[in-house]
Amino acid sequence: MLKNTFKLVIGLFALSSMVVASAGTLEDVKRKGYVQCGVSTGLPGFSAPDDKGLMQGLDADLCRAVAAAVLGDASKVRFSKLTAKERFAALASGEVDLLNRNTTWTMHRDTGLGLNFAGVNYYDGQGFLVKKSLGVKSAKDLDGASVCIQAGTTTELNLSDYFRANGMKFKAITYDTSDQTRSGFEAGRCDILTSDRSQLAALRLGLKNPSSAVVLPEIISKEPLGPVVRQGDDQWFNIVKWTLNAQINAEEMGITSANVDKHANDANATPGVKRLLGKEGGFGAKIGLSDSWAYKIIKQVGNYGEVFKRTVGADSPLKLARGTNELWSRGGILYAPPVR
Amino acid sequence: MFSSLKFRQYAIQIFLLLALVIFFLFIANNAEENMAARNMTAGFGFLEEKAGFPILFSPFIEYNAAINSYFDTFLIGFGNTVLVSILGIITATIVGLIFGVARLSQNWLVAKIASVYVEVFRNIPLLLQITFWYFAIMIPLLPSPRQSFTLGGDWFVMNNRGFYVPEVTGDGLSTLLYALLFAFVLIYFFVKWAKKKQAESGTVLPKFWLSLLILIIVPTIAVVFSSGNLELVFPEKGRFAWRGGWVVIPELAALWLALTIYTGTFIAENIRGGILAVSKGQTEAALALGLSRSQTLRLVVIPQALRVIIPPQTSQYLNLTKNSSLAAAVGYPDLVSVFAGTALNQVGRAIEIISMTMLVYLTLSLTISICMNIYNSRMKLRER
Amino acid sequence: MTLQEFNHRYQNLQYRPGAVGWVFKNLLSSPFNILLTFGALYILYLIIPTSLNWLIFDSYWEGESSQDCNFDAACWVFIKARFNTIIYGFYPQEHLWRPNLVLLLLVIGLSFVLIDRFSNKLRLRAGMVMLFAFPFVAFAILHGSLFGVEIFDPIVRTEQWGGLVLTLVLSLGGIVLCFPLGILLALGRQCKTMPVVKYVCIWFIEFWRGVPLITVLFMAAVMLPLLLPEGTEFDKLSRALIGIVLFEAAYIAEVVRGGLQALPKGQYEAADSLNFSYWKQTNLIILPQALKLVIPGIVNTFIALLKDTSLVSIVGMWDLLNSAIGSTRDPNWIGYIIEAYVFAGALYWLLCFSASKYSQRLEKKLSTER
Repeated sequence: MLKNTFKLVIGLFALSSMVVASAGTLEDVKRKGYVQCGVSTGLPGFSAPDDKGLMQGLDADLCRAVAAAVLGDASKVRFSKLTAKERFAALASGEVDLLNRNTTWTMHRDTGLGLNFAGVNYYDGQGFLVKKSLGVKSAKDLDGASVCIQAGTTTELNLSDYFRANGMKFKAITYDTSDQTRSGFEAGRCDILTSDRSQLAALRLGLKNPSSAVVLPEIISKEPLGPVVRQGDDQWFNIVKWTLNAQINAEEMGITSANVDKHANDANATPGVKRLLGKEGGFGAKIGLSDSWAYKIIKQVGNYGEVFKRTVGADSPLKLARGTNELWSRGGILYAPPVR
Repeated sequence: MFSSLKFRQYAIQIFLLLALVIFFLFIANNAEENMAARNMTAGFGFLEEKAGFPILFSPFIEYNAAINSYFDTFLIGFGNTVLVSILGIITATIVGLIFGVARLSQNWLVAKIASVYVEVFRNIPLLLQITFWYFAIMIPLLPSPRQSFTLGGDWFVMNNRGFYVPEVTGDGLSTLLYALLFAFVLIYFFVKWAKKKQAESGTVLPKFWLSLLILIIVPTIAVVFSSGNLELVFPEKGRFAWRGGWVVIPELAALWLALTIYTGTFIAENIRGGILAVSKGQTEAALALGLSRSQTLRLVVIPQALRVIIPPQTSQYLNLTKNSSLAAAVGYPDLVSVFAGTALNQVGRAIEIISMTMLVYLTLSLTISICMNIYNSRMKLRER
Repeated sequence: MTLQEFNHRYQNLQYRPGAVGWVFKNLLSSPFNILLTFGALYILYLIIPTSLNWLIFDSYWEGESSQDCNFDAACWVFIKARFNTIIYGFYPQEHLWRPNLVLLLLVIGLSFVLIDRFSNKLRLRAGMVMLFAFPFVAFAILHGSLFGVEIFDPIVRTEQWGGLVLTLVLSLGGIVLCFPLGILLALGRQCKTMPVVKYVCIWFIEFWRGVPLITVLFMAAVMLPLLLPEGTEFDKLSRALIGIVLFEAAYIAEVVRGGLQALPKGQYEAADSLNFSYWKQTNLIILPQALKLVIPGIVNTFIALLKDTSLVSIVGMWDLLNSAIGSTRDPNWIGYIIEAYVFAGALYWLLCFSASKYSQRLEKKLSTER
């Protein structure tokens, strides 16, 4: 017994000294050989498993882009499906290297939770999905309505603000997951469903009869969704930030996964293209990667426009318009700092 | 030899204490380091901040997202947990009693139905039952507000937004409540007196019916002769749903129903076991004395069975209270769903919020245990 | 015929031989009983034909897609189409032989332990194997590696485990892992000579028994990462298991304590008189007897745990319940929610009911043995 107790105490000491000296995330990822990426449990267009169980979507592809930049292989990524509740704890604890879970960038989250938002990969806004049969044309007609909503999101707070600002009353039925929210709406527990507009499109498609519901024109909030990393690791923060920027810059320069080889081998390419594709300037080294980092991203995953089209845009079931997410030069607000 | 044993015992205890202290220090140290590394602050200051998120159901506290604080959401969640627990305990006891007795019925068919009920619902996870009643039955199959099922005009309205009955308001309401309270006090003393009389002279008064009479007459007199008036507010059709009246929302209904059916099976088994534990000779003796079957059950079997029934019953009530935390699965705003769910997400204070939530359940468990222990000791066999 | 005569004759009907007597005795013995019987028959008439029609007679069995079904009766085609997801979760389709092998080994192993036709010695040995070796074997086959050594290709990470397999992993793994801790706690709680040990055990047991499992799972999901040293990584499955084990150990401890208390005092005194050390006494004399007494209790705890594992769906794991419900969100199969509930419920019921029947049988056997 004495011996056992001794062992226990020694074990406990050993445990407390086991604090792993955590190296930077970049070294960790290189050592592991994959990027552990936190995504949603299933949100079509952003991160949802296809019939083969492969994670597909805008957020999932950003994870792949980071893997391509860091490890040179877009497939070296592992996905952790996280609920809204778990996501920040999972990132903070190091369970995931990167969180791409349609997470809204807010000041509280950016400053109070030890997180850093590395950019915006989708500019969203909160909207309403309404049963057509109610004959509602505007969100201003919703006084007294019941609203289905997902717990633990910024939408909950926006909803309260919006109805209060317009002097309207409402009842909110708060569910745990977006699927439950949809079930509740479909079965008629509530008159409206509120969420980010990109999600409304997906949720509407999931209805038994999609044409029975319409999305109202009002957008009641700003929801910049973006990748999140832990605070205090600037190198990793930069890598994620510039992965996204490289994809946006590539679209602006007209570099696609199809023509990236041509651009890379073109001696007469513009200096901007040369810097992006690693032919000039040695920018890869500045973020701890090889000079062909951006080339690999574009070659294996594609530029922002390609990914958008494939996952949520014209080529996807969601068919979302680019809208705000169009390049600044074409009327949107997507504007990446230059590589120079 | 003896002293070395003593020494060893002391050593083990000291080591255990030390190990515990080290363990907690280790945990606390990690928490501090991790939180410092993430710029997170600790403390309960957030409880005073404005909550800002809506809550579906708050029968005890007027809730306004713009005014009320996180602490208020904690209280509301707590109140809703207590509400569904008490409702569930009452109905589960009734259901359990009915089916427990039914399982022992001489009627073969009734006994079989009761055992099928027990064996089926006891062996299916409660979470599945809750979500089944809610997502598969209540919400999709109840009529929509426009096609509500109504009974006697607006006396009872049922749709997938809730079950509505008229609300009693008006300045006579407090009179009514006081009169009810008075009636209960009256009944207490009446029953005491009737028992005494029975013990002295053997006269048996119809205690139940006379009590019921008191319960009806006293409040009626109070309301009729007082100046205050009572109003009934009927539920009425609004643009989207029905308004006014007292309403049981489907989230509460589904949770309540599932808790009742699930816990009812365990209570039925307890009660059956308790009745079986009373030896057959007791029943036979009572019948031989000329007591009727119901008298035998009421006066001889049940009082003895209760002694066997109460201890496991306590743990069923505890389980029901703890199981009410599955409310989150259907969106009923109980403590776990509102405070450890939504509030936790909005402020991210995992340690503080989870600890507070656990503490509440520990307190509830303790309270129920103590209440049942007191009741138990009063029911105990008093040897004379 | 006077009323009295009628009554007398009517009562005598009970003593007729055969079915008539049985019916009059068990269904129609008194006016109240007649009322009950007809009431019960009416309720059955309301429930049974509708449910049987929905479940079996009108239901849809043939076909592949939702076109082959209507919403007027159960669509078992849906269950057929999503069967693999419900049983195996997202486990790679081409490697399903691995979970199947584990299930087969489990059934074989358990039948050696549970069937009392085998000799006690064989059953004990099989029990040891199932307790100490099987978990590792099962993990190695399912995951593909053990202690970092790769055995099968490919590695299937625990995030891909799901469905019935995950439910069984959580419940069986939970009960096996919480066993040693539960026994230690029970012994500690019985310890009269060391008050510190005793009270630490009491606090531990009462704490975990006083809180709902869902808060424990939340704690494991969002609080544990903050309490462990930075860089310690757990996957979701191990974190959920840690929560389940701590929670369930308290319940097992109480069950074992019941067995320890039920042992006749003579056993303790006899063990004392042999001048055995505490651990020798416990391991050789007390525990074997006490554990035998509490096997039914342990099976009951296991049933409770099996049902409780459905709670992991709230923290986003794809157990049996979540996989079944999740299947109804497949765009091709929207709206077949009752079928999903019925199927998952039936699976849970089958497992729990057979376990509870087994434990009842054991209980009966134990009570006659004594």
